[in-house]
Amino acid sequence: MSEERKLPTVEPRLQGEPEAAQEPSVPAWRLWSTLAIAGALAGFAIVFVYQWANPKIVAHQAMVIHSAAQEVLKQPDHMQTLYVEGDHLSPQAPAGVDTLQADRVFLGYDGNDRPIGFAVLGEEPGFQDIIQLIFGYDPRTKQVLGMSVLDSKETPGLGDRITSDSAFIKGFAGALGPIKGVKEGSGTGDKHEVDMITGATISSTAVIRIINDRIEAVGPMLEAYMSQQAASGGPEPAQAGRQSGALTSSRAGLRLLRSGSKGSKGGDR
Amino acid sequence: MKETTPREDLVRGIWKENPVLIQLLGLCPSLAVTNTVENAIAMAAATFFVLVGSSTLVSSLKSLIPNEVRISAYILIIATFVTMADFFLNAVAPDIHKALGAFIPLIVVNCIILGRQEAFAAKHGVGRSILDAVGTGIGFTIAMLLMGTMREVLGSGSFLGHPLFGPHYQGWLVFVLPPGGFFAIGFYLLFFSWWRKRGEQPGIRQWPHGVAAQKRRIA
Repeated sequence: MSEERKLPTVEPRLQGEPEAAQEPSVPAWRLWSTLAIAGALAGFAIVFVYQWANPKIVAHQAMVIHSAAQEVLKQPDHMQTLYVEGDHLSPQAPAGVDTLQADRVFLGYDGNDRPIGFAVLGEEPGFQDIIQLIFGYDPRTKQVLGMSVLDSKETPGLGDRITSDSAFIKGFAGALGPIKGVKEGSGTGDKHEVDMITGATISSTAVIRIINDRIEAVGPMLEAYMSQQAASGGPEPAQAGRQSGALTSSRAGLRLLRSGSKGSKGGDR
Repeated sequence: MKETTPREDLVRGIWKENPVLIQLLGLCPSLAVTNTVENAIAMAAATFFVLVGSSTLVSSLKSLIPNEVRISAYILIIATFVTMADFFLNAVAPDIHKALGAFIPLIVVNCIILGRQEAFAAKHGVGRSILDAVGTGIGFTIAMLLMGTMREVLGSGSFLGHPLFGPHYQGWLVFVLPPGGFFAIGFYLLFFSWWRKRGEQPGIRQWPHGVAAQKRRIA
């Protein structure tokens, strides 16, 4: 146990009293070197922990997206990752682009290698912050297959019901795009209508807007890819890599949560 | 400064100088992330880790750190532990990490931690500093648990996610929202202030140390 250490104190100086010449008690090089060494050691410690933690973090993100894609595509047999490249989809990531940074969708297949639909990621501002979601979409019928919110910071008890209100979430399954949000219980039975959540109108509207924007942005590409597949009699062997487990690879999910449409920033209430 | 015993170093932060309930320090996380008990425990655990780790390192290295750059060095040490805690939580409990959001990195600027380094760890040995940090960490944990319990029980009708009042309980939403944090801390401050005043009255032994009663006996 060491004894109490005295820290320097500042003596009060009277007005007009000349400032006493103060020599630094420690040479400047020692101050610099202390902070430099401390910074270097801190850096080493952080890198060490980062290397341990990062694979686990990325694997978890990939698992979250994988299970959400499975959910919105109603448990497909396997999935294929396709990258948005200009105005078409490609099984390979665009040259020179980090696969984690690329905009992408997931095509789900049933047990007979027949395509079920695409899982599409999207993100735009909600009431408080960016809402990130994934939805299933069949471009042949223009039908939304399901929706799941991946991340949102909407108001607890109100806006955050977009993640938990089962009636709202189930309302998307079978709805036709573009979706139109209607006040709860006031729908006309139109297949484009989805009931919004009372008390969470802006958050509900944001979810609908994200889906519609993404359908508008990638819908034609999805449709073209599906038609091309139907004409060629199924996925090319090189492309049809069964990726039911591929999304769990350590690098797969890092950028997925951010690869979506980028809407205007700021709240809308 | 009055000399203290190791036991006093440990228990001081738990009750008599509780960082939140008595010193009103660290109120930002206490108000922000205590809407559930789970979040409160996670934040308290992360703060406890940073506090004990920083106090250990600061008290070990105090003779090597020049006084002129001591605050910068302390912040560097604290920030390192906070970053490690941040990565660890994100890897091990990603859902809790997401719920705590920016408040994990903000532990760096928690005045409880820097305060203990400057006021205690920089002047005492490693063992005493660890005891002080553990005591303060326990005190912070108690305060976070009290806040989290009140807000989750009243706001969501559950404790640690387990429903307490059946399916028909309508949660008191304000306690889940930020204003609920202010109501809860206000209630606790009022209660503990009343408790301390009560302990100072003749004939009432103050819990847990009996300090007031002891002083009166000596007098």
